[in-house]
Amino acid sequence: MTRHVEVRSGQYHDSVALMQTSRALSTVDGVTAALVAMATELNLELLAGMGFDVPEAGPNDLVVAVDCADAATLEHAFQELTDKLAGRSGPGTGSLDGQLPAAPTAGTALRRSAATLVLVSVPGASAYVEALDALLADRHVMVFSDNVPVHEEIALKEEGARRGLLVMGPDCGTAIVQGVALGFANVVRPGAVGIVAASGTGAQQVSCLLDAAGLGVSHLLGVGGRDLSADVGGLATVQALRMLAADPATERIVVVSKPAAAEVARRVAGVAAGLGKPVHMAVLGTGEPDLTAATEQVLSAVGVAVPTWPVVRPTPPTAPKAPKAGRLAGLFAGGTLAAEALVIAARLGAVRSNIGTDADLEPAELHAEAAVAGHLVVDFGDDALTAGRPHPMIDPALRLESLARLGRDPTTAVVVLDVVLGYAADPDPAASLGPAIDAVRRAAAADGRELAVIVSLCGTEADPQSWSAQAARLGEAGAEVYLSNAAAARRAVALAAGNGDAP
Amino acid sequence: MTGTGTGTGTGTGTGTGTGTGTAATAVDLLGDDLTVLTVGAELFADSLREQACPVEPVDWRPPPFGQSADIAAVAADPRRPEANRTALERVLAAGAELIDVLPAASALGLRPGTFLHAGPPLTWDRASGPMRGALTGGMLLEGLAETPEEAERVLAAGTDITLEPCHQHSAVGPMAGVLSPSMWVFQLHDPVHGGTAYCSLNEGLGKVLRYGAYSAEVLTRLRWMSDVLGPALQAAVRAHGPVDIRAIVAQMLQMGDEGHNRNRAGTLMLLRELLGDLIETGGRHTAEVVRFVAGNDHFFLNLVMPAAKLALDAARDIPGATMVVAMARNGTDFGIQVAGTGDAWFTGPAQTPEGLFLGSYGPDDANPDIGDSAITETWGLGGFSMAAAPAIVRFVGGDVPLALATTRSMYDITLGENPAFGIPILEFRGAPTGIDVLAVARTGVLPQINTGMAGRVAGTGQVGAGLVKPPSECFAAAVRALAQRTP
Repeated sequence: MTRHVEVRSGQYHDSVALMQTSRALSTVDGVTAALVAMATELNLELLAGMGFDVPEAGPNDLVVAVDCADAATLEHAFQELTDKLAGRSGPGTGSLDGQLPAAPTAGTALRRSAATLVLVSVPGASAYVEALDALLADRHVMVFSDNVPVHEEIALKEEGARRGLLVMGPDCGTAIVQGVALGFANVVRPGAVGIVAASGTGAQQVSCLLDAAGLGVSHLLGVGGRDLSADVGGLATVQALRMLAADPATERIVVVSKPAAAEVARRVAGVAAGLGKPVHMAVLGTGEPDLTAATEQVLSAVGVAVPTWPVVRPTPPTAPKAPKAGRLAGLFAGGTLAAEALVIAARLGAVRSNIGTDADLEPAELHAEAAVAGHLVVDFGDDALTAGRPHPMIDPALRLESLARLGRDPTTAVVVLDVVLGYAADPDPAASLGPAIDAVRRAAAADGRELAVIVSLCGTEADPQSWSAQAARLGEAGAEVYLSNAAAARRAVALAAGNGDAP
Repeated sequence: MTGTGTGTGTGTGTGTGTGTGTAATAVDLLGDDLTVLTVGAELFADSLREQACPVEPVDWRPPPFGQSADIAAVAADPRRPEANRTALERVLAAGAELIDVLPAASALGLRPGTFLHAGPPLTWDRASGPMRGALTGGMLLEGLAETPEEAERVLAAGTDITLEPCHQHSAVGPMAGVLSPSMWVFQLHDPVHGGTAYCSLNEGLGKVLRYGAYSAEVLTRLRWMSDVLGPALQAAVRAHGPVDIRAIVAQMLQMGDEGHNRNRAGTLMLLRELLGDLIETGGRHTAEVVRFVAGNDHFFLNLVMPAAKLALDAARDIPGATMVVAMARNGTDFGIQVAGTGDAWFTGPAQTPEGLFLGSYGPDDANPDIGDSAITETWGLGGFSMAAAPAIVRFVGGDVPLALATTRSMYDITLGENPAFGIPILEFRGAPTGIDVLAVARTGVLPQINTGMAGRVAGTGQVGAGLVKPPSECFAAAVRALAQRTP
């Protein structure tokens, strides 16, 4: 038999709660008698009456007395005591009527939430604080917000790395976790390919191509477009790789990124090599495979035949002739799709852009009265163009305006645009883009020019908008539509160079 | 076998939700059931609901005082989580025992001409009506002036006059909070951290010095308190031994008191505790003393306040901590002090309470907010525990749903909960404790204070009671100062 008496000074609990706790302790297997009470004179007498030694204690001390079979039972009893007292003194709901107002910050909400992931989409200036709340409460976090300073991104990702938590973002628009689309993501079939993406639309492109080829995705973890920069150093990519390596549903991993810092890409490749699962690197850059080629490598590795990637030709009566050689204008909503097109367009010579290492295009030039000259690839999703307005995947206005202006410019031979389908995207992009394409092509025709419009349409049949339904309507408006962004860009480059066949 | 052990639990079930900082506790994002907490755009929550994924939306708003950069800088302070945990633990662990009753002259070393007052530092030229009235009464009480006019002249000239905040001397005072050498004070001790705090004896309601009244009736009562009440209480407390004030506070919350504007149960429990000793040690004035204490439902306020002061003083001077350790008003300015910024006061203009008025008084008769008694809210009582005191809410111009909603909203700006102060109607949830200036700046939710209202004209006394909030400037300035002190 073990008799244990313990005094805990400075702990106050009301008598009803303590009677409930005493009762719970007495029902633990092997416990003969138990008393948990404030050490009032009455309770100390009770204690003596139960045959316990009476300790030195006063009415503001908690006394715990247990009479039980052995030390193991005592341990059980103590566990029960801790649970009971914690259950009482911890944050009860305090709801009374089941109604509790929503909390105003992530931190307060997480005190009573079992959420495993916090999705932050507040303005960039406030995103850090909310995301930090998530990490300090040991939850994973996805930061959709853009315009978050890089030093805040680094601070978040260092905290995440310390705690074994994933920080997706900032400026992470795309993720799929356990089949649930977070932000912009497509309805892809479930499968065994895990994707780590320092690029939202790049990941959407790869997952849609895999889907078209019959391969599914386990999880798609976005890490934000700056993760593989020299500053951030791939902190989240490494964390995501480790999580996918430990995930039983994932058999192989694809890392998708915009052009990355070479030493960071090397470091990530080094981590990837030690994971015990095959990892494919699809990091865009001059001389690197484009996303379609990288996807094809995955298919080959798995032994799946590379399909003919879907193309929809413009339908008569608006079917165009090949234009004369002229300017290529790439108007992109997706940053990685823009980056991929920029790499492919380089064979035309000088291409002005607001992204990439040689970015020389100021956003103001796009709004100037006179159309900016020369080949162009514009990323309308870039921070400088989204400050204070919705992302072009939600609000097409700015891009449609540029389409009209550049399309009417007599030097323009071909316009290439991306359209991204899936969750959170425009529910019917063809409704606004179709008439705009038709109008700009008619305007060119009225000037005696042929203007080609190429659409890179990223999506799946299972998407709410349906790839084939949107492609058909864009085709009717006079556009040539590609699932592969690289194929779309190459087609546009050929037309701009004057050596494209009529579609 | 018989074992006897002694543990020293601190009673700090904090419920802060700030995590433990260990990677081992990280949730499995890819394996555990996915539930998403969304902060920001509605469309993400909608999209998740469409996919039948459990969503918990946060009711987020942009920080209403601006200051995003300061907020981010303070949040980023690596010392903050641990510093706030320490600050809250100290507040929750602090004890408060009444150990003696003494004249202010000996307890605080006050000399004639020195007056302590409520709130942040103040000069006569900026002092409001009730503050001037109370100082005038203090001059008359101490025999430093013959007439109110003469008292005001001397106070205005400032010769041989020293005005200092009670808070600067380990003391607190309700309303004007004026303490002069001949007044008697309660002396409280924190056996856990070793602190000491003082507070005057409560005069009752109506025409009283702390509300700025200084008529003969007021001065006569004060003299009786120094001559009879103080010595009687001293004898009783010394005979009784330390009285555990924190234990009484815990019980009063379960008896319908919130410890600021309702102290009825607390007063009765104190009297019950001391009654035997009052009788044994008392002389012919015992009945008078008992009737005075029993007839003043606010008597115990002057013990709740120094108990709160002890708990919050234990959390002072913790670098990186964003917890408020004092809220106090001098009738002109509302000031706060913060654990991470030493003795600095962050002030803004005191607001005029809204509530109910006595007799024919109206809003035009009320002085802006005054008194150190908001130390009770700083400790999680008063407005923060209004849900515990449904009987008070009509007196301060509210209703029961308001009381519940007020307490619930205070959890949004506090670092934790006090398990010793369970609120029955909230399923014994602990009182919201430890105001976080960072949370206030992020949410714009301001602390709710229950308070009395003094007449704006010196000499009037109490005109009503009501609800008031601090000016947001205090919190904005505190966040700015914390941001400047980040490493």
